[in-house]
Amino acid sequence: MNWLLVLAGGAVGAPLRYLVDRAVQTRHGRAFPWGTLTVNVAGSFVLGLLTGVSSAQAQLLLGTGLCGALTTYSTFSYETLKLYESGARRHAAANVLGSVAAGLLAVWLGVAAAGG
Amino acid sequence: MHVRAQLPVAGAVAAGGALGAAARHAATLLWPTPAGAFPWTVLGVNTLGCALIGVLMVLVTETATAPHPLVRPFLGTGVLGGFTTFSAFALDTQRLLAAGETVRALAYLAATPLGALAAVAAATAATRAALAGKGRTA
Repeated sequence: MNWLLVLAGGAVGAPLRYLVDRAVQTRHGRAFPWGTLTVNVAGSFVLGLLTGVSSAQAQLLLGTGLCGALTTYSTFSYETLKLYESGARRHAAANVLGSVAAGLLAVWLGVAAAGG
Repeated sequence: MHVRAQLPVAGAVAAGGALGAAARHAATLLWPTPAGAFPWTVLGVNTLGCALIGVLMVLVTETATAPHPLVRPFLGTGVLGGFTTFSAFALDTQRLLAAGETVRALAYLAATPLGALAAVAAATAATRAALAGKGRTA
């Protein structure tokens, strides 16, 4: 049962990331990876909110599965490397510092909203 | 792109994401890190996933023969995207800070992006070198 919850959450979170990324990048172009930044910040906020939920099954489905798969470190690091290789070194640095700062702020806001 | 054309890609991403999330869950069950401890398991998962995407993306985008169009959505966006996680990194950092484990929190906060970038850069360079050795680069 626990594995099914993680699988189900992952099966929703990953395509949700794909669709959000496409939608955001279509609007803003390819100069900066706003799509990945958006899902990482949104997923961090929701995972913070989930600290107010005590159900272990909800944690597996929505936390480990959905938020875990909605957010990504691999695409974030690869996009940063491509920015650096293309000569956009300030964009690369801004992506790392901005993602980490915005992700931490988002998770903190989520935890605070959950009453943590 | 039309919705119908997106369906196979979204399906491949979903299947890969389920597998990647399950693999990450398996890692946290095999190597649990108690509350307040340094989150070695998620750090390892994220670093490994970043190394693997470096290998994958060179193989998918920098070789003469294009792979099947669903390889990148399944393995890259799906499996590795689902395996690695930004949200757990953010929450674990916040928890360490809230627990007063400031040094551990800052070490984790720095080690994760540095490890991720070092892993993707090293894996990309190594894969390119291996391909060049075989004379197969496009």
